Amino acid sequence: MENGAMKSNLYLYKKKIINLIMLSLSVLAAVISIIPLIFIIYYTVSKGISHLNIDFFIEMPKPVGEPGGGMANAIVGTLIMLGIGGSIGIPVGMSAGIYLSEFGKNKFGNVVRFFADVLSGVPSIVVGVVVYSLVVIPMKQFSALAGGIALGIIMIPTITRTTDEMIKIVPQSLRETALSLGIPKWKTTVSIVLKTAWKGIATGILLALSRAAGETAPLLFTALGNRFWSTSIGQPIASLTVYIYDYAKAPFEDWNNQAWTAALVLIILISILSLLFKIITRSRYNIKQ
Amino acid sequence: MKFFKNKNGSIYTSNNLGDIFFEKITGFFAAVVLILVILMAYEMYAGAKPSIEKFGWGFLVSSAWDPVREMFGALPIIYGTIVSSMLALLISVPLSIGVAVFLSEIAPSWLEKPASYLVELLAGIPSVVYGLWGIFVLVPWIRNDVQPFLSQNFGFLPFFQGPPYGFGLLAAVLILSIMILPIIASISRDIIRSVPHDQREAALALGATKWESILIVLKEVKSGILGASMLGLGRAVGETMAVTMVIGNRPLISASLFDPSYTMASAIANEFTEATSDMYISSLIHLALVLFVITIIINALARLLVWSMDRKWKTVR
Repeated sequence: MENGAMKSNLYLYKKKIINLIMLSLSVLAAVISIIPLIFIIYYTVSKGISHLNIDFFIEMPKPVGEPGGGMANAIVGTLIMLGIGGSIGIPVGMSAGIYLSEFGKNKFGNVVRFFADVLSGVPSIVVGVVVYSLVVIPMKQFSALAGGIALGIIMIPTITRTTDEMIKIVPQSLRETALSLGIPKWKTTVSIVLKTAWKGIATGILLALSRAAGETAPLLFTALGNRFWSTSIGQPIASLTVYIYDYAKAPFEDWNNQAWTAALVLIILISILSLLFKIITRSRYNIKQ
Repeated sequence: MKFFKNKNGSIYTSNNLGDIFFEKITGFFAAVVLILVILMAYEMYAGAKPSIEKFGWGFLVSSAWDPVREMFGALPIIYGTIVSSMLALLISVPLSIGVAVFLSEIAPSWLEKPASYLVELLAGIPSVVYGLWGIFVLVPWIRNDVQPFLSQNFGFLPFFQGPPYGFGLLAAVLILSIMILPIIASISRDIIRSVPHDQREAALALGATKWESILIVLKEVKSGILGASMLGLGRAVGETMAVTMVIGNRPLISASLFDPSYTMASAIANEFTEATSDMYISSLIHLALVLFVITIIINALARLLVWSMDRKWKTVR
C-alpha cells in the first residue's frame, strides 16, 4: 500500500520535473533566438551612426583613400527603382487581387492564386536572371528600368494576395445593398468595396515596397550600379543595397564604414515605411486583419 | 434554398457593359500573374538550352565547375545548397518550435505585441544587412572563438577539421538559421494557436501537466509545423546575399564545416556579371532553372501542408 503511494508520488514528481525542464527549454529557445537580433540591431546602429551626417545624403561617393562623401546617387537610385517597381507592381497586383476576390471563385481563379504563391516563393535572384534575359539583353544595357521591373515582379504576389484577402473580408451585405440599389458591380467594387478595404490594401502595398527596398540580388545584374549621378531610366543606376554589398566586400576601412551607414539608412527607410503601415492599421475604421 | 451560380461561382450575373469590361480588365491582370510565371520558366529554359544540350542530366552529377575549360557540373554547388540549408533547418526548427510554444502557451499576453513586432523587424531586415553583419561580426567570432574551440574539442570528427578561415559553410549555416527562424516560428505559432482550446483543457482536466498538454497539441499540428519548416527551407535554398557574403564561394565538396562552399544562388550572384562566354552564362541560367524548379516543389509541398492544417481546424470550429 505504502509502496504504491510512493510509486505514484515518484511518478508525479517525475512528471513535474519533466514539465519544468521542457518549459524552461522553451523559454531558453526564445531567449537564444532574440540574441542575434539584438546584436544585428546594435551593430548596425552603433557602427552606422558614427558616419551618419548630412553629407551622406547630399554628396557623391568619394574615390578610394578620400574619407567622407555620401551616397546621394544611391538613395535617389533606390527611390527611382522603387517608383518604377511600384508603378508596375501596384496596378497589376491590385487588379489581380480584385479579380481573385470578386470573380475568382472558379478554376482560373484558383490557378492564379496558386501561381501567385509560386511567384512569391521564387528566389529574387532568379527574378534577376529572368529580367536580365528579358530586358537587359534586348536593350543591350544594364538600366534602372530593368532593376525597377525586377522589383515590380517581386512586389506583385504580395500585393495580389493582400488585396485578395482584404477585399474578401468586406461584409457581403455591403455589396448586396449597393447591388440592390441598381448600382453596377464595377461601381460597387470601386467605390464601396475598395473604399472599405483600402487601408488593408495600403498596408500590403507598403509591405511590398519595404521588402523591395531591401532587395539586392535582383539588382546585381539588372541595374548593376553606378558611381556617378544618374536619374536616367535607360542607364545603370546605383542603389543602397548594391552599395552595401560592394562596400562590405571592399578591403578599405572607409568603404566598410560607409557600408554600415548605408545599412542604417536603409533600415531607417524601411522602418519609415513600416511605421506608415502601423499608423494605417491603427486607425479606427480599419477592418480587422 | 438553392442558388444558381454562374461560371464565376457568384449568384449575380450582370449584363452591364461596364461590368463586363471590368471583369475582363481585372481578369487580364490576373492572367498576367500566370503568364509571368510561365514566361519565367520558358525564358530560363531558352537561356539554359545550350548548357542543357551540352551537359544534359550530367550537369547535376558532374563536379567539374571550370569556366576556363567551359566544363560545368553543378554537383558541388547543389551539395553546398542542400547541406547549408539542411543544417540551418536542423538548428532552426527546434528553436522555432520552442519559440512558438513559448509565445502561444507560456508567455503572458502583454508580451504578445512586442514579440510579434520583433518577428516583423527580423523579417524586415534586408538580406544584405545580415551579410554585412556576417562579414564583420559573425565571421571574426567564428574564426577566433568558435572554430578553435570546435577543433580543439571535437577535432577528431571530420566536420571540424581544417584551417579556421571564418568564411565557409559554418558561417553560412549560422546566418541562414538566424534568417529563417522568424518565418518558421511565426507560422508555427499561428498553427499552434489554431488548435481549439478544449484539447488543452481536456488534457489538463485529466491531470496532465502543462508540458503534456502542449505535447498533445504539438502532435496534432505535426504536419503544419512540417509545412512551416518547408517554407523556411524554401527561403534558405533561395537566400542569396547573406550567404554569398560569408560562405567563401568555392565549389568544393568537403565534409568539414570549416571549408568554403557554394550555393546555387550565391554562384549566380557571384559569377553572373563576370561570365564571359555564352556557355558560362547559359550554365548559370541552367543553375537558376534548377533553383527555380526546386523552390517551386518545396513551396508547393509546404503550402499543401499548411493549407491542410487550416482546413482541419476550420471544420472543427
